Amino acid sequence: MKIKSTTGKIGDWVFVIICVLISLICILPMINLLARSLSGTDYLVRHEIYLIPKGINFGAYSTVLSDPKYIRAFFYTVALTVISTVVSLFMTTICAYPLIFPQLRGRNIFNIIITITMFFNAGTIPNYLLIQKLGMLDKPIVLILPYCLSIYNMIIMRSFFYGIPDSLRESAEMDGASFLRILWSIYVPLSKPVMATLALFYAVGRWNGYSDALMYVKKPQYYPLQLLLYNILNNINSVEVATQEGFSAPGLSESLKAAIVMFSTIPILCIYPFLQKYFIHGVMVGAVKE
Amino acid sequence: MKTSKTTPAPAVRKQSFGSYIKRYWQLYLLLFLPMLYLLVFKYIPMIYVQIAFKKYSIVQSVWEMPLAKNHGMQYFIQAFSNPDFIRALRNTIVLNLLDLVVGFPIPIIFALILNELVFTKFKKAVQTITYMPHFLSWVIIYGIALQLFAPSTGLVNMVITKLGGEAVPFLNDTGHWVWTYIFLGVWQSFGWNSIVYLAAIAGINSELYEAASVDGAGRFQKMWHITLPGIKPTIVILLIMAIGNILGSGFDRPFALQNNLVMSWAEVLSTYIYRYGIKGLQFSLTTAVGLFQSIVGVIFLLGANYLSRKLGERGLW
Repeated sequence: MKIKSTTGKIGDWVFVIICVLISLICILPMINLLARSLSGTDYLVRHEIYLIPKGINFGAYSTVLSDPKYIRAFFYTVALTVISTVVSLFMTTICAYPLIFPQLRGRNIFNIIITITMFFNAGTIPNYLLIQKLGMLDKPIVLILPYCLSIYNMIIMRSFFYGIPDSLRESAEMDGASFLRILWSIYVPLSKPVMATLALFYAVGRWNGYSDALMYVKKPQYYPLQLLLYNILNNINSVEVATQEGFSAPGLSESLKAAIVMFSTIPILCIYPFLQKYFIHGVMVGAVKE
Repeated sequence: MKTSKTTPAPAVRKQSFGSYIKRYWQLYLLLFLPMLYLLVFKYIPMIYVQIAFKKYSIVQSVWEMPLAKNHGMQYFIQAFSNPDFIRALRNTIVLNLLDLVVGFPIPIIFALILNELVFTKFKKAVQTITYMPHFLSWVIIYGIALQLFAPSTGLVNMVITKLGGEAVPFLNDTGHWVWTYIFLGVWQSFGWNSIVYLAAIAGINSELYEAASVDGAGRFQKMWHITLPGIKPTIVILLIMAIGNILGSGFDRPFALQNNLVMSWAEVLSTYIYRYGIKGLQFSLTTAVGLFQSIVGVIFLLGANYLSRKLGERGLW
């Protein structure tokens, strides 16, 4: 795939330098945040923190980690994320698989039903009224079910399934394997890259999402981590927060906020590099075949 | 129901319905849950759309609610005479246009740059780093921005004041806020959005580049005459979708980034609906606004698609 360039080596290095600069823009804010979360209060107030922490102390982190509110929200959000990822992957698979069969009668009707939902969304309020009617307001399940199938992700998976040779399926059919068995023993094992990709998409979506919780959940004990973080950053209930955590020194609250932001980012930053080799491929399949 | 056009699979021709179902029931069983999901969470809400034309009441069902005044158009008229709505509409259009003008070309340029990298390991590393912001939530990005752009202790303003400039209120002044909003949007998405273009570039026939090299074409000539025309269909499709989204605005980004000082330019339709509908309980008014938003979105999508086909490009369909 590599093409020899006639402009030679200097040109190559110019592009390398451009890319280094672009990468720095992406990563410096994170380094700054890390430095601030680890720095002593005095240094922050004296404007001495750029990219390297000074007067290193883990006070902010120990405050966060010793507060049951954050720990609870963290594990609650982990549980929500795991459950909704599993449910969503299941739904996506059982929706995509039957649609690859040309013999499936009514396939066009199913496809039309699916496509309409991509172009027309009823809107925030009708969705809210539905959730209300279903009695799901203020229950954790409202953060799992309403978004448990993304049609875009289903299309990506279906494209991947189309790429698996029909002959595999047909010979299994000849041998008398049932369609469920073919799904389980041929399609699922062969689809690891796309499964990993979509699992990442669903998991990140749930981990990062806060607007559904903002609209549907009023009880603070059911707030996912991101909504809790939003409220902290905006000093909502700041009186309560301040008395609980001793927000007296102005610098402390800043490094504490930095530490909380880091705390809720770290899971994603830990998982993401390992899944990268899968999702580049998965996304390309979706993009090319769309 | 009718049978599909192509049926190369074994033994499906001329089957009775009974034996067909006996053979294929498992596929329908699998589709049952997804279809139930779509029915409940996507189609039933469409029934509620009619409250845009009706006087909402908690005790009545949607079908029983009385028609609103002015042949049901009351809430549309009310929206358009509401200065807050007009402001939200203006902001949505302005912010989306700026996103389009600034944010649309950057992933294309970035993909072209990435494609020129000859060191594979380095290219992978750059991709890993630049895709990373896409995986951060808008609340986290807001948290980062608060730290980075803080008026006195933030890194950016510390550098600006060190260089002799004056601290810039990036998040607290409307003019600066708009550009910070645009910048953060680009920062979050440019790397990720470049993937589609990289995929398109990978699909270009490499013989074209070899032939061009033989003819003595330079790096930029190849970019301009081979790569760009090669990815033009992808660009057009994404442009159509972006234009179709001109009144759409996600909720997470504007809501996380807005604050009371900048609301005159930060309130967009999605956050307006939240504030007036879910917080203010004006269900009919905000459903009307949402419906207006959806319909304009579809019109723009169709219009952009029509235009691109007129200009000889492949459209979305």
